[in-house]
Amino acid sequence: MSIDMSQFHQVFFEECFEGLEAMEAGLLNLDMGDIDSEVINTIFRGAHSIKGGSGTFGFSMVADFTHIMETLLDEMRDGRRKVTQTAINVLLGSVDCLREMLTSIQNEQAVEEAGVAKHKAALEQELNGSAKTEHSSAPAPITISPIAATDVDDLNKTEDFELNEPGWKIAFCPYLDLLKTGNDPVRMFRELAELGELTAFPNIQDIPSIYELDPEECNISWDLKVTGDIPAEEIKEIFNWVEGDCELDIQALVVKAAPVTKKAAPATPAIKETEADPVPATVASSISAPVEIEAAIAKGPVKAAQIEAEQAKNVVQAASSIRVDTAKIDALINMVGEVVITQSMLGLVGENFSMDKVDQLKKGLAQLERHTRDLQQSVMNVRMLPISFVFSRFPRLVHDISSKLGKKIELKLVGENTEIDKSVVELINDPLVHLIRNSLDHGIEMPAARLAAGKPETGIIELRAYHRGGHIVIEIIDDGHGLNRKKLIGKAIEKGLIEDNATLTDKQAFELIFMPGFSTAEKLTDISGRGVGMDVVRRNIEALGGNIEIASELGKGTTIAIHLPLTLAILDGQSVAVGDETYIVPLVSIIESINITERMLNKVAGKGETFRLRNQYIPIIRMHKIFNVQPRNTSKMTEGVIVVVEGQGVLCGLFVDDLLGQQQVVIKSLEANYRRVEGVSGATILGDGSVALILDVPGLVRFSSR
Amino acid sequence: MTTDTQAKNNQLEQSQIEQFLTFQLAGEAYGVDILKVQEIRGWEAVRIIPNTPAFIKGVLNLRGSVVPIVDLRERFSLAHSDYNQKTVVIVLCVKHRNSTFVMGIVADAVSDVLDIKLDEIKKAPNFGTKIDTRYMRGMHVYKKNMIMLLDVDKLLNPDELESLDNLE
Repeated sequence: MSIDMSQFHQVFFEECFEGLEAMEAGLLNLDMGDIDSEVINTIFRGAHSIKGGSGTFGFSMVADFTHIMETLLDEMRDGRRKVTQTAINVLLGSVDCLREMLTSIQNEQAVEEAGVAKHKAALEQELNGSAKTEHSSAPAPITISPIAATDVDDLNKTEDFELNEPGWKIAFCPYLDLLKTGNDPVRMFRELAELGELTAFPNIQDIPSIYELDPEECNISWDLKVTGDIPAEEIKEIFNWVEGDCELDIQALVVKAAPVTKKAAPATPAIKETEADPVPATVASSISAPVEIEAAIAKGPVKAAQIEAEQAKNVVQAASSIRVDTAKIDALINMVGEVVITQSMLGLVGENFSMDKVDQLKKGLAQLERHTRDLQQSVMNVRMLPISFVFSRFPRLVHDISSKLGKKIELKLVGENTEIDKSVVELINDPLVHLIRNSLDHGIEMPAARLAAGKPETGIIELRAYHRGGHIVIEIIDDGHGLNRKKLIGKAIEKGLIEDNATLTDKQAFELIFMPGFSTAEKLTDISGRGVGMDVVRRNIEALGGNIEIASELGKGTTIAIHLPLTLAILDGQSVAVGDETYIVPLVSIIESINITERMLNKVAGKGETFRLRNQYIPIIRMHKIFNVQPRNTSKMTEGVIVVVEGQGVLCGLFVDDLLGQQQVVIKSLEANYRRVEGVSGATILGDGSVALILDVPGLVRFSSR
Repeated sequence: MTTDTQAKNNQLEQSQIEQFLTFQLAGEAYGVDILKVQEIRGWEAVRIIPNTPAFIKGVLNLRGSVVPIVDLRERFSLAHSDYNQKTVVIVLCVKHRNSTFVMGIVADAVSDVLDIKLDEIKKAPNFGTKIDTRYMRGMHVYKKNMIMLLDVDKLLNPDELESLDNLE
């Protein structure tokens, strides 16, 4: 019977990436001097799960690669190998390499073998290198003690074995549910057979009759004999994965193992492993652990471009499954129960309705409304993830880049448990990476410059997330040299972005960095400074329905605050009428709505219309014109309403017939069944069941300026 | 035993038969694979989408999802007619690049569901029809009437709709 394994691939990849993240966090956490075995264990478990999974799915390349990592980690875990900085760097590089391999496999692309081979060679070199401790010459500590052949005699079935050659006798008695945990004895036996000559004696007396047989249960136990000179670890490793799912008894057949036996045998003649430690604890605990990075660590492998490319890919893939806290599901079920009760109550009221029941009906409807709202809230909650999913990637980024730049930087994470919608999590990563790189590269000064300025040598970047109103705010705070107002304005004039004699407020001056093609970096690095980016960052954040603000003090530091909606599924909107059509304008982009008088209007020759509002000239977009609908009013400006909106820092007036009202709308995608439409970010369904289009304000501004 | 073999024969025959939903459009008969049809509903007002080709009439709320509606008369450049009580919207599932799109087409009226043997579908000639043969599965003659069988996946391919848009 063959099972289609591809259906599990998605889960496998997700687990792998989680494992990799845990490994990465663990590696960064490793302290040179004092080895925390729990941290190494976490890393080891990550590698082990990936190896196990990839073996099962037939990704032998990944399995082989991870195997070497695992061996290295195993030796570190047992204390046979010192944890050195080079080893950690090699392992970090391998984590990157593994991630690339897995991404390629996931996208069904060819794995770049040259890179893999390079990392593999580095790992092997590390493994065979001189880093072993003094004990390394001694034989590895024996965890499974071989016993003298004479002891084997009184074990059943021993008669079947020849005792005059080295080997192992394994009594393997799986529990009934071994197969359900995804383990396949045949695979294990195949692996055993690779180590030496394998003879298997299945014990089938426990198999029930065909009528009682459950094909998903494992009713067979085995007595196995492997002959050959095989180290105990290798045997044990094969069964590593089924620990806790079986009764296992591994004994040596060796006759001439006397010297080793003497040392080890007295303690325990045989180890019977019925229960093994439950393998992975929660990986999450190590991800969210607060990480403070010693910037003094030597150069880590920096692959900025590669990381960037990878992240771009990750966004496209946007994993489509989600892990939800059971408590949230329970709350949901509870809520559904409430709704059902209310519904049946209303049904009862409606059955024999008379006017004296009106009060009861109203009460029921009010209750239903409350429950529906709660239910909506709980469903939203299911999609909420702690922002640590994004933040946990940054310690590595800061570690790598700061060591490359030769700066000392400490990253502080605050409010990592702030929850945010999954779709926002996926889309906020790139802008944040960009902003943090900027802070690393331009914000924080070199250690010498910091000391000269009377600041501590180590710069601090703080990533802070918190809720405010219906929004989540993410702040990136650095204590670097801040933005230089004069330099910004000078650069802007030089590039012709503003006029020579323009007077700008601080805020306007800082906003200059969001202009396309603007960079004050004197030299380009591969980290930042090309002047493409901040405008893209702003565009991405506005596409999410958020905005971005900068505050800075020269010599003290810069704070960049990003405001984002909690969810992309619901939005506060203002509905407006244009002719017979109804459109929704997102409330966040509305500055104000006004009726204008003839006096405020200006016509710029051949350029279109503007109006004057508090000494500012604001262009007007006639909605009926660009959307090609018949307006209700004549096209007289004074009879309609101008909705002043801001998109990408540009003010703009939308001319509509009327304002209809404010409401929360559920966003429906137009792309799901059709495609993107310019000037429209999505659709929603109004109370009367008809569809209304949601305006994409930045898009409209761009669209109309063409 | 005989019933067994009969059932088997039936099955064999059935495997070569497909069912098509036929509908009227400007006096001509068209058919679509019935397995693509999600539902049939009467015409109701739709919400116009700005800056789209004329044959996209707009979008409709179909139990919470927003579904675009294509007017086949305009798509095939047939004479326009006003929508009346008999006008129907056939909601279809379009497969495109491993994902399913839901779209509606406007037809004058639905007529029938026909069992058509696959070998009775004739290849469409390259002329004499108002539509490009690329969008056709073939032709079928039923009671001396020509029925044009449409390939829904190709006809309502979102990429194609977009490129048509660009042409305009």
